[in-house]
Amino acid sequence: MADSTKQPRTLFEKVWDAHVVKAETPDTPAILYVDLHLMHEVTSPQAFSMLRERGLKVRRLDRTLATTDHSTPTLPRLPDGRYPWFDAQNEAQVAQIEKNAKEFGVELHGLGDPQQGVVHVFGPEMGATQPGMTVVCGDSHTATHGAFGALAFGIGTSEVGHVLATQCLLQRKPKSLAIRVDGQLQPGVTAKDLILAIIAQIGVGGGTGHVMEFIGPAVRALTMEGRMTLCNMAIEGGARAGLIAPDDTTFQWLAGKPRVPKGAAWDAAVAKWRQLPTDDGAKFDREVRIDVSKLEPMITFGTNPSQGIPVTGIVPDPVGEKDPAARATLESALKYMALAPGKPILGQKVDVVFVGSCTNGRIEDLREAAKVMKGRKVKTRTLVVAGSHAVKKAAEAEGLDAVFREAGAEWREPGCSMCLAMNGDMLQPGQYCVSTSNRNFEGRQGPGGRTLLASPATAAAAAVSGAVADPRRLTEGK
Amino acid sequence: MEPIRVIESRTVVIPRENIDTDQIIPGRFLKVTDKKGLGKGAFSDWRYDADGKPRPDFILNKPEAQGCTVLVAGDNFGCGSSREHAPWALTDYGFRAVISTRIADIFRNNALKNGLLPIVLEPAAHAKLVAAPGFQIRIDLESQTVTLPDGGTAKFPIESFSRYCLMNGVDELGFLLSQADAIAAFESRV
Repeated sequence: MADSTKQPRTLFEKVWDAHVVKAETPDTPAILYVDLHLMHEVTSPQAFSMLRERGLKVRRLDRTLATTDHSTPTLPRLPDGRYPWFDAQNEAQVAQIEKNAKEFGVELHGLGDPQQGVVHVFGPEMGATQPGMTVVCGDSHTATHGAFGALAFGIGTSEVGHVLATQCLLQRKPKSLAIRVDGQLQPGVTAKDLILAIIAQIGVGGGTGHVMEFIGPAVRALTMEGRMTLCNMAIEGGARAGLIAPDDTTFQWLAGKPRVPKGAAWDAAVAKWRQLPTDDGAKFDREVRIDVSKLEPMITFGTNPSQGIPVTGIVPDPVGEKDPAARATLESALKYMALAPGKPILGQKVDVVFVGSCTNGRIEDLREAAKVMKGRKVKTRTLVVAGSHAVKKAAEAEGLDAVFREAGAEWREPGCSMCLAMNGDMLQPGQYCVSTSNRNFEGRQGPGGRTLLASPATAAAAAVSGAVADPRRLTEGK
Repeated sequence: MEPIRVIESRTVVIPRENIDTDQIIPGRFLKVTDKKGLGKGAFSDWRYDADGKPRPDFILNKPEAQGCTVLVAGDNFGCGSSREHAPWALTDYGFRAVISTRIADIFRNNALKNGLLPIVLEPAAHAKLVAAPGFQIRIDLESQTVTLPDGGTAKFPIESFSRYCLMNGVDELGFLLSQADAIAAFESRV
């Protein structure tokens, strides 16, 4: 219910307005209060060093929550109890956040903790991410948490220091961009396909300077897992944050999670959260529309996430590109990927498949992959990496681990793993990988590695085919 | 931080669009727990081959690029990750300014906090710089202008508070810490 005395506001404006400690002026940005600060081992050590140098402490330990994910091994502990570190630097980095957390009193769910997981899987599972909050983390995929109607965005390490010391950030208000998704997704087409299609339409810089709000019936129909996948990749369209209005799907998912209010406080919170959705008549700075009724499973062929095509499509030919800069971008991508223009992507040989990451490492993603792999054998090296221990446990309770193992896939310990190849899970030069992660940048999964981004179902279809394949053909009747 | 008023240098041009943070500093260099020495990893996969030998055709390995502190790059520079290691690597390498037609939001914020000027120009002015690698440029932060090869100048936008911090060599944290009362008042309201 909008207050009729006030201008209609967007979800973004409501969350922003509620967190302004001091309004912006021509000379100074707004001071924006941060409700939840998530941390991991890669982008925090220099921030803690800064606190030490300046003699500062963490202002709000109750709003700070850490895990370890990027540098952690995804192989089980050795018989002697040690972790199988890829190298000494990984081990030292994880040891550093353990030391920092202890010294400053930060709640850390690190290796060995039953809640440990990829930070953007872990935060929502803890119930730490809630509608209407401001959420930051030294990680660009913080956009994920926007799925709950939280204003969530990635920050650099200097800003991690600012939030640790003051619980605030200096921010100019971004512009708003509505992504209106019309129509309904066809069976076998997922949130990952939707976000890849959106980014293909707006480009990797299309959302720069904006916060995206995803609206429309196809968005409403998504589960929370799907919504997290969608918001996760807002940053790949250049937007620091993606947002989806909270609704009953959101509240049902959150109910009972460790950090959410209980009893009467829960009812009060839900009543408040119901006020968050964008008011009728509220204005966005920009609006983009996409009709998804005919959308097919998507896959990328290039070296940025906007270079996506339907899995049944053909690799574009740079000759058809009129703009010289765009042509050069396409030529360089095809050269790096060693893909011929004008050919179907279906049947392209695949060496490795990676199912996991903050984009697609949740239980529903593993179910989608298992549905395709069940009763089949993989023809490529296939890593399945749950996004967290909670996801891993849930998957094992459903027997998904057995499906993956029987198919010949590797069932790994939770972590970021091959999404960014910091922990030793990496491609060899020249290898093709169909990956459920978020970035196909050159060398992202290992120097010389070639990444094709796709949904868990499409990745699983590639695994059992040894080549790019249409998952719909493998799940008919299943 | 050293105050920045004027930067004068020859330019080095990498005209590619969408130079992402994984190219600026690949993930395997992010295992450090301090900021020092990241320059050796800057553009590592473009500078070196699989055996670690410099690729002679990459611009940063050419003699004319040595000592250049201003990088002119294609559209949408710095897209991708929030890693502040990107500006740490660029400044450690020796860069003091990056010029593009669009710079990703998180990279821009990170650059401003590390004395690396993120400069966005109109496409026409940018094209003149792309066409003239090695141009001796003068960037004036006070007037927010850069000189162009045709003798003209171009204005660039920069957030006013960041500009103040850069010109005076102060960081934003000091300002935020001075707002402790306002922050405490906000916390007691909610």
